[in-house]
Amino acid sequence: MMRFLTSLLVGATLLAAPAQAQNQPLRITIDEGIIEPLPLAVPNFVPDGVAATEYATQIAQVVAADLTGSGLFREIPSSAYISQVTSFDAPVQFADWKAINAQALVTGSVSLSGDRLTVRFRLWDVFAGTELGSGLQFAGTTDGWRRMAHKVADAVYSRITGEGGYFDSRVVFVSESGPKDQRRKRLAIMDYDGANVQYLTDSTSIVLAPRFSPTGDRVLYTSYQGGFPRIHILDVGRVEQRVLQSQEGTMSFAPRFSPDGQTVLFSLAQGGNTDLYTMNIASGQSARLTSAPSIETAPSYSPDGSRIVFESDRSGTPQLYIMAASGGEAQRISFGQGRYGTPVWSPRGDLIAFTKQNKGRFHIGVMRTDGSEERLLTASFLDEGPTWSPNGRVIMFTRETQGADGRASLYSVDISGRNLRPVRTPDGGSDPTWSPLLQ
Amino acid sequence: MNVLSKIAAAAALVALAACTNPDSLGGDDAVNLNNGVGGTGLASDPTSPAYFQQAIGDRVLFAVDQSTLSDEAQSILSAQAQWLLTNTDYTATIEGHADEQGTREYNLALGARRANAAREFLVSRGVAGSRLKTVSYGKERPIEICSDEGCYAKNRRAVTVLTAGLTG
Repeated sequence: MMRFLTSLLVGATLLAAPAQAQNQPLRITIDEGIIEPLPLAVPNFVPDGVAATEYATQIAQVVAADLTGSGLFREIPSSAYISQVTSFDAPVQFADWKAINAQALVTGSVSLSGDRLTVRFRLWDVFAGTELGSGLQFAGTTDGWRRMAHKVADAVYSRITGEGGYFDSRVVFVSESGPKDQRRKRLAIMDYDGANVQYLTDSTSIVLAPRFSPTGDRVLYTSYQGGFPRIHILDVGRVEQRVLQSQEGTMSFAPRFSPDGQTVLFSLAQGGNTDLYTMNIASGQSARLTSAPSIETAPSYSPDGSRIVFESDRSGTPQLYIMAASGGEAQRISFGQGRYGTPVWSPRGDLIAFTKQNKGRFHIGVMRTDGSEERLLTASFLDEGPTWSPNGRVIMFTRETQGADGRASLYSVDISGRNLRPVRTPDGGSDPTWSPLLQ
Repeated sequence: MNVLSKIAAAAALVALAACTNPDSLGGDDAVNLNNGVGGTGLASDPTSPAYFQQAIGDRVLFAVDQSTLSDEAQSILSAQAQWLLTNTDYTATIEGHADEQGTREYNLALGARRANAAREFLVSRGVAGSRLKTVSYGKERPIEICSDEGCYAKNRRAVTVLTAGLTG
């Protein structure tokens, strides 16, 4: 259960770092279930001049949108405010915020000098009447104003939950347009919340299932450029791509980075049979991990790189298996009814997200790495392709609607199964891959 | 048949080909391999790709999750093999496809199985393997777009797409 304590303990320990957050009164503990979102006020940040006003307003809005979008917070509308925050350094009128039941208050200031923005913020535990953590400052150019807002929201989230944030992150996905039988696909990148979409490829070739590198600087994906599916690697910063070497007469797809970013793990189909391989990206040296007549695909490394979870139909239907990163004997971990696919190991290492197909419906679910405690988080005509938020709390996935007008779009859901939300993109969207937190 | 009606017939065939073979990617790189030579020529001419596509049948269908060839599929592929053995100027790419009931990457692998099943059958009937490539589109290129079995059955297919060969 998520719960928050509003103990009236007041003391010097309140200024402790987030790592000691469990001693602090304003607290959301995220575990199995959830109760009420925590009431939060984020008044417009205080600008240092007229030129900064727009940024000050928008940054506060993005901070509030991030936090309420997590499902853990509820924003108190500004129309309910009794007092306004007109100075970043003036004492907070706790009584005024307490009266409208704002448990947490975020105040901030924005100063603008040329194209340099400086954003400062403080987080207040209203009922304790104290500051939670100490004030922080972020500086950068104006075009990065949303990132600064995300960083503020990450710090607030982290201080109150004791967990890492996920707002200052990006998502690469496949942007889809056109009718179902003439669909055009191209890679795009955006902020995690759907803002700042930029296209990374044109749509002359089908592109599928991108995956971020562990440091977020590169993306692996499958492209039909040249007529056959092959693995491509894209430098996100330079927007430059190249094809990885492949063997004539084979198809390679489902590429994933190893946790050290040096190796690509992928499926190779040859003579109708699909198995798992690895290839060193720099040297091109490859190794075969499986050699069964069944389909082995959709692999994912454990965060420590020691194991691989993958999908195989060796039992007759697609199920999930785990083996050592070097290959060898695999253990089946999925035993529920239906078909299991696209397993993705969580960044914390504790859970595996997957797609499940059962009785004509698709689900996104999670299970422990031994296959126990399976929980289905979603259900629809077609849900597939989960990707984890950097902190392992949220899953983004593809949802496709039924019928001739069927359309794919992106959704996110908390691993508790709550807070299912669409992620708005300009066109249709599929196959999201979530970056690590940006540096 | 006079010249005018021949042109009209050819135009009709091209239009038909456009309707019945929407497997093309629309990209520059796709023109040769995926459009192939489509339904060019006259269906009445047994050496034409149009004849191959329409009279023989350029595709075979599969049961849910299966890549085994039905009796009907085997008889279509036997006729395809005969045609390829006679018309040696053509090579072919066999495109494997899946319906939308399945995850993207699994369906790519399933389409590869289907394309290969068709290819192996053609090879077993004497067509040189060097003339036959395979590619899988998984569920990326449905030919029918509804979400029920009537459409799914047509999407679970392996399509033999002709390409004018090196000796053309």
